[in-house]
Amino acid sequence: MKGILKKISKINFGLLSPDKIRKMSVAQIITPDTYDEDGYPIENGLMDPRLGVIDPGLRCKTCGARGGECPGHFGHINFVRPVIHVGFADTIYKILGSTCRKCGRILLDENEIKEYTILFHEAMEKEENLTDIIKEVYDVAKRERCPHCDEDQGNIKIDKPVSIVEEDYKLTVDEIIELLEDIIEMLDEGYTLTSFELIELLERKYRLTPREIKKLTKGLDESLEKIRESLEEVKSFRRIFEKIGKKSTFNEIIEFLENAEKASNSQATEWENFKEKTEILKELDKTLEDEPEIEQGLGKFLKIIREVEEDPEKILDVKGELKEIMKPMEVLEEIRGLRKLLDVIDYKLTPSEVRERLERIPDEDSLLLGVNPKVARPEWMVLTVLPVPPVTVRPSITLETGERSEDDLTHKLVDILRINQRLKENMEAGAPQLIVEDLWELLQYHVTTYFDNEASGVPPARHRSGRPLKTLAQRLKGKEGRFRGNLSGKRVNFSARTVISPDPNISINEVGVPEIIAKEVTVPVYVTEWNLDEVKEYIKNGSDKHPGANYVIKPDNRKIRIYEETKEAILEKIEPGYIVERHLKDGDIVLFNRQPSLHRMSMMAHEVRVLPYKTFRLNLCVCPPYNADFDGDEMNLHVLQTEEARAEAKTLMRVQEHILSPRFGGPIIGGIHDHISGAYLLTRKGTKFEEGDAFQLLKRAGIPLPDRKGRKWTGKEIFSMVLPDDLNMTYKAEICRKCDECQKEDCKYDAYVIIENGQLKSGVIDEKAYGAFSGKILDHIVKEYGTDKAREFLDSATRLAIAAIMKVGFTTSIRDEEIPEEAKERIEAHLKNAEKRVDRLIEAYENGELEPLPGRTLEETLEMKIMQVLGEARDKSGEIAEEYLDMEENHAVIMALTGARGSMLNLTQITACVGQQSVRGSRITRGYNKRTLPHFKKGELGAKARGFVHSSYKEGLDPLEFFFHAMGGREGLVDTAIRTAQSGYMQRRLVNALQDLTVTDDGMVIDNRGIVVQRLYGEDGVDPAKSDYGEIVDLEKLVDEIRAGK
Amino acid sequence: MKKDILKHQLVPEHVILSEEEAEKVLEEMKIHAEQLPRIRTDDPVVKAIGAKEGDILKIIRESPTAGKFVTYRIVQD
Repeated sequence: MKGILKKISKINFGLLSPDKIRKMSVAQIITPDTYDEDGYPIENGLMDPRLGVIDPGLRCKTCGARGGECPGHFGHINFVRPVIHVGFADTIYKILGSTCRKCGRILLDENEIKEYTILFHEAMEKEENLTDIIKEVYDVAKRERCPHCDEDQGNIKIDKPVSIVEEDYKLTVDEIIELLEDIIEMLDEGYTLTSFELIELLERKYRLTPREIKKLTKGLDESLEKIRESLEEVKSFRRIFEKIGKKSTFNEIIEFLENAEKASNSQATEWENFKEKTEILKELDKTLEDEPEIEQGLGKFLKIIREVEEDPEKILDVKGELKEIMKPMEVLEEIRGLRKLLDVIDYKLTPSEVRERLERIPDEDSLLLGVNPKVARPEWMVLTVLPVPPVTVRPSITLETGERSEDDLTHKLVDILRINQRLKENMEAGAPQLIVEDLWELLQYHVTTYFDNEASGVPPARHRSGRPLKTLAQRLKGKEGRFRGNLSGKRVNFSARTVISPDPNISINEVGVPEIIAKEVTVPVYVTEWNLDEVKEYIKNGSDKHPGANYVIKPDNRKIRIYEETKEAILEKIEPGYIVERHLKDGDIVLFNRQPSLHRMSMMAHEVRVLPYKTFRLNLCVCPPYNADFDGDEMNLHVLQTEEARAEAKTLMRVQEHILSPRFGGPIIGGIHDHISGAYLLTRKGTKFEEGDAFQLLKRAGIPLPDRKGRKWTGKEIFSMVLPDDLNMTYKAEICRKCDECQKEDCKYDAYVIIENGQLKSGVIDEKAYGAFSGKILDHIVKEYGTDKAREFLDSATRLAIAAIMKVGFTTSIRDEEIPEEAKERIEAHLKNAEKRVDRLIEAYENGELEPLPGRTLEETLEMKIMQVLGEARDKSGEIAEEYLDMEENHAVIMALTGARGSMLNLTQITACVGQQSVRGSRITRGYNKRTLPHFKKGELGAKARGFVHSSYKEGLDPLEFFFHAMGGREGLVDTAIRTAQSGYMQRRLVNALQDLTVTDDGMVIDNRGIVVQRLYGEDGVDPAKSDYGEIVDLEKLVDEIRAGK
Repeated sequence: MKKDILKHQLVPEHVILSEEEAEKVLEEMKIHAEQLPRIRTDDPVVKAIGAKEGDILKIIRESPTAGKFVTYRIVQD
């Protein structure tokens, strides 16, 4: 196949850099005002004319296009202080947590960086998903000390939504050393580590909590001696370092010592390296000359170094001594440990600090953190400049009063500008730090809510009326947001919605449309010389009289509304080439739909019948495919606007084309309820009508009157009038009792249906004949005679059945569930017997006489046997009741057996016995400890104690039975609720996965790229809607046809 | 112990098509080879029958609707 669709090869997601924002900006916005007193937009204000125009008359100052054509242009606001972007706060937090606070490198060592870089590039080459690798990098890059610069890392936390907090140790190293000195001094004075005075000192001077003191003294217990020995040396190290101008940071000393140790352990060449690298040494030399008193530590160290310099061989001799000098290093480690014992304090990073840290991250590292330096830099997540969307994005509305009402976004931008201005003024005036920080925070708040007014932890910004503002995130998010509300789903014109109600007299192909709707939704008619007169008639009628027209579209595409006053003028000008939007009228094709649209039959094409009143009218046969009833359901109607659409809808979507469902290859549209009981009443044995009555029925069914017979008509003869003349078929009706051996023609229930040459010879018409889901005759007619014939049959058969049921009369009441006293006694006796059997089973179980079934415990066996006995009991009691419920007189039974409505189970539950109630498929066991209700003994297993309802609905349930019944009933309700939600989501996923598949004309299933999914649809190439109940061939039917043929 | 997976009841019959056969099949279906469903080179059956990248396999399997169903796949990663 040529023309495989073009593929999008790449989409780059990046951040706008401050430079780019300024570059694409057409105006810097400074003044927080919109319009001046004369109503003109202020320069450098939020409605700056350079941002674009909305009024169709004006021209854009930037691009020169007219309003409506000009897409609008961005402006910008320069922040005096940076602000964190809420959308990226989480990312910033993650990046800061995985990079060094000082040098900005990623917290991975060189090997890891190499390893992940390779992984990264491999994955990028293969165009694989990087998220897993990035996630792993973030997990691994958690270190307490930077592998690159040795800086101690504070723990970064995020205080939702935008505050980044760094945890730091309470005391600096110097403070710790001072503290240790204090302690040692006090110990020398004779105090102990636990003495009150010492603790008081720690609390007062160093503000330690009792918990911290406890941890500290415990830590000191072990290392105090070592510290005492070398504290002086440590201090001397620090002094010297300070003297030579080096910042006496803890880690620098350690680094120096570590290097020294490494050097001391190795060869002379390393020494050279060490000396060269360590600038400090030279400085030290100088310093030491001024400080001769330092004999300890460093002094000694230098001496050794000089000695080794003179004679490299000497290094082996001085090794021991060097070790001694290294001692302060260990002590420093101890101090580091002690420092960690103390709690940490939180320090809130300002956005400026955050930005500085992000700036330090090198490009290579930022890639590993998931920020591609080609399209984004981490620091761009902290805003220094804000793009101002064009006015087209935030149009202001002029109210009827002439007042202007600004968009929520404009309001928010005003707030931002005001605070930004105030912050600037305060800073320039040299206001106290506190005030500046407050204003900064306020600016952050406004920018945060400008992006997302529902961010957790931020009170939403409100309109003066108290309504929360709809800012950027709210425009996009959720069901009514841009994506789900405007892009995936849209509102349409030429549609109508109202309540539905039934009309058995219109065809299944039709829909009744209220006149008031017909006058509103229109069909465009292209004026030609042949329909000119017709069209003029519509225009004469105008928009108030049906069938009229609402608009005329001139050849230059100008649309003119038809008014009483303009009518004449339009009539004069109208000529071929005009388009007239005329009212809906009888015979127009429209689409009719009921949500949820779960299958293709949820939206079908109907022909319009304009009717009085205000509801859509539909034939009852189309209730099953729409799953509609009339308890307040509403449906939608869409008017097709092009000839192509109408043709397509008429051939593919018309109701009659959907009589057979692709779900099971049988009819889904067909008779329901009274159609079925009516047909049964008409066609059952013994139904006879006077010729006059018979003709009346046929007339009502819309069938042309036949020749007179001059005698009474049987119901079967009347029904035969709607059957095609050459129809031949035999089948068993719904009322078939499924006898062991079928009596066929001699069926005593008249359930064996024989149709010969369109004459119903025997059998009754019921659900199996033309009911939705199972109608055999209907199915046969669609397949053999086509959909037109099927529609005619269904229309006239249902009308006939309705006529018949009205002629004969049909009603049901509680009297239909009445059974004689004798039957009640039999049922009672039977249930007693069953309950006795249950008791016997329990007794056997308690005596240990019950044999467990294979693979079951004794308890399970008992439960199964009881369930079996009680199940049988209900069935048997139902059977007894059924014996007294006959089909001749009892309309409830007629409905149940013909399949019109209800089931025999419903009836027997009303008359005989409701039966076992269950929760989770077993008898009811929940409730109190070892019993369902306090009315029973603990551990009682009898029928009644476990929810067997002995009464019938008609008799009424006793309170205990009622309670159990409610338990079972509740489960049913909960299950349906859960099932609909679950299957709805499953359906959605399935539809999304399959929506772009097509079947080619040779039966191949392909996707939208032309890739073959299945070589032959369903592997057998069968369209289930056109097959016999989904099978390739119905052998039985075929054999019958061949037999009949000979 | 190594089992011959081709004899397993769940593994349908796979046949490597010759070039002429492949061409004929594609012509019949009016498609390019790239439009066929793919089977990977590291698929156990592909390894077992020794198919190479670019080969077209004919797969004959049981089908609940059609009895026997013949489909084609291209060996490709």
